[in-house]
Amino acid sequence: MAEIRNYTLNFGPQHPAAHGVLRLVLEMDGEVIMRADPHIGLLHRATEKLAEHKTYVQSLPYMDRLDYVSMMCNEHAYCMAVEKLLGIGIPVRAQHIRVMFDEITRILNHLLWLGTHGLDIGAMTMFLYCFREREDLLDCYEAVSGARMHAAYYRPGGVYRDLPDTMPQYQASPYRSAREVARLNEARSGSLLDFIERFVERFPQRVDEYETLLTENRIWKQRTVGIGVVSPERAVARGFTGPMLRGSGVAWDLRKKQPYAAYDKVDFDVPVGVNGDCYDRYLVRMEEMRQSARIVRQCIDWLRANPGPVIVDDHKVAPPSRVAMKSNMEELIHHFKLFTEGIHVPPGEAYAAVEHPKGEFGIYFVSDGANKPYRMKIRPPGFAHLSAMDEITRGHMLADVVAIIGTLDIVFGEIDR
Amino acid sequence: MSTKLEQLAAKVGAALGERAASLTAARGELTLVVKAADYAASARMLRDREDLAFEQLVDLCGVDYSAYGDGAWTGPRFAVVAHLLSLRHNWRLRLRTFAPDDAFPLVASLIDVWPSADWFEREAFDFFGIVFAGHPDLRRILTDYGFIGHPFRKDFPLSGQVEMRYDPERKRVVYQPVTIEPREVTPRVIREEQYGESGG
Repeated sequence: MAEIRNYTLNFGPQHPAAHGVLRLVLEMDGEVIMRADPHIGLLHRATEKLAEHKTYVQSLPYMDRLDYVSMMCNEHAYCMAVEKLLGIGIPVRAQHIRVMFDEITRILNHLLWLGTHGLDIGAMTMFLYCFREREDLLDCYEAVSGARMHAAYYRPGGVYRDLPDTMPQYQASPYRSAREVARLNEARSGSLLDFIERFVERFPQRVDEYETLLTENRIWKQRTVGIGVVSPERAVARGFTGPMLRGSGVAWDLRKKQPYAAYDKVDFDVPVGVNGDCYDRYLVRMEEMRQSARIVRQCIDWLRANPGPVIVDDHKVAPPSRVAMKSNMEELIHHFKLFTEGIHVPPGEAYAAVEHPKGEFGIYFVSDGANKPYRMKIRPPGFAHLSAMDEITRGHMLADVVAIIGTLDIVFGEIDR
Repeated sequence: MSTKLEQLAAKVGAALGERAASLTAARGELTLVVKAADYAASARMLRDREDLAFEQLVDLCGVDYSAYGDGAWTGPRFAVVAHLLSLRHNWRLRLRTFAPDDAFPLVASLIDVWPSADWFEREAFDFFGIVFAGHPDLRRILTDYGFIGHPFRKDFPLSGQVEMRYDPERKRVVYQPVTIEPREVTPRVIREEQYGESGG
């Protein structure tokens, strides 16, 4: 009789399904997982320590690099925490711009999640479709901030600048004919809001298209239905938030329950799952994309009708305009002090959380009254989700681990920080 | 919202009684400080009492207060801060406890109360060296294998102690003391009380 032993399998950190640099040490009995031990930290950059040595404005761009597929939502939590410490409000127009870009970011995140999740479990086509849509949204990022990913667009006190009236245009090149350029620029002839409007007009139909590929697909259902089931009680106890919690049937959404920015002024529904498996979480995220498009639609209408300031007029927090800075001594001093010394915040502590596409993303500040935070703690949603990896995968097959990593929607920028 | 905060403050105060070392409301948030000895029992009570029902531990982190206010701090050095959330009542609470011994910071683990404390406590141990009594698997989590020291302590330099490079002679990566100079572009400033007021 041969001796049968469990053996240990090393999964990652260089594995395409590990979504970055996850190293999983799996203890297997045949093909069944007996224990999963995620080793993380391979992308650890000590963002929190770096922030202690930077002023409040200087560490804002680090936020983009945390969860690098939902950049502006990270910035939103950061700005909200700084604003809470300072005890300031922001202009209503800035709130709507933030809501609009939060939802654009949510679509961006869910599209990347859908593409890679599909790729992981064998639906190659999704990846190409999702990236086609992402391209347009990244153009919106570019139009508003100049950067396609790491925008640094939200600032404490509002947003960096108002929405532009023109979109960046494609230029003719040896690789692109004049006709091709004209076709590409056709949608870019109007303002940014026109461009986004065209996008949200067609996007819900595109989501329907994706659903025809996956929702009733036999292979897709075989790979996701009944896999990685999390009961609502366990989801709450394990610190799950966002779609991971709603997939288990807990109707909890910070946008509804603890509304921030202008979320109490827009109308949307919160999808909730029933079974708490990978398939339900997939359905929740698909519906969230439609709801996001709906919110963006309402923000566009509001923003068209209501011009106004987009950043507070307090020059201890937000820089003065370039014209004012160059023509007025007072403003010049403000500008100089703000960019050399930074914002001075009163001592105290604050925690601000947003409904990030992945869950609750929070920033906790401890300030001792200096121009730099005394301690910053980032509450990453993926960290809590990944910590339940062992519990979720136990008893599943090796191939299901890939589906579960996909459904957790982990990005190592935020988990390792 | 403020009435809800007062309501919560009254309930927490009533539930904990003597145990609450301090209970402060600021910026729309309620902060509860308990002694390390009462920490785990208070946490359990906050979760189990129907009128409080903090079912979720959202976040837990360590804080090193040794350089707070540029040396003005006199209390214990290490604190553990937990952010709690009640889905049922829709309110939040910050729970803080100070580790009594600065040389060997030890507090009870909350893993039996909220399983989500698992990795957050490992992280606080890794970064601050705070030991959580009762945690079954208190390993380092985010730093390198074989890392020495606790990097988020205030006396740990930002540039770290060692750097890694490939050594062509030994044909492997080696660790050596850091060669970069620490550089601070923007100095840290705490303004004095009457800063900017005229007549000074």
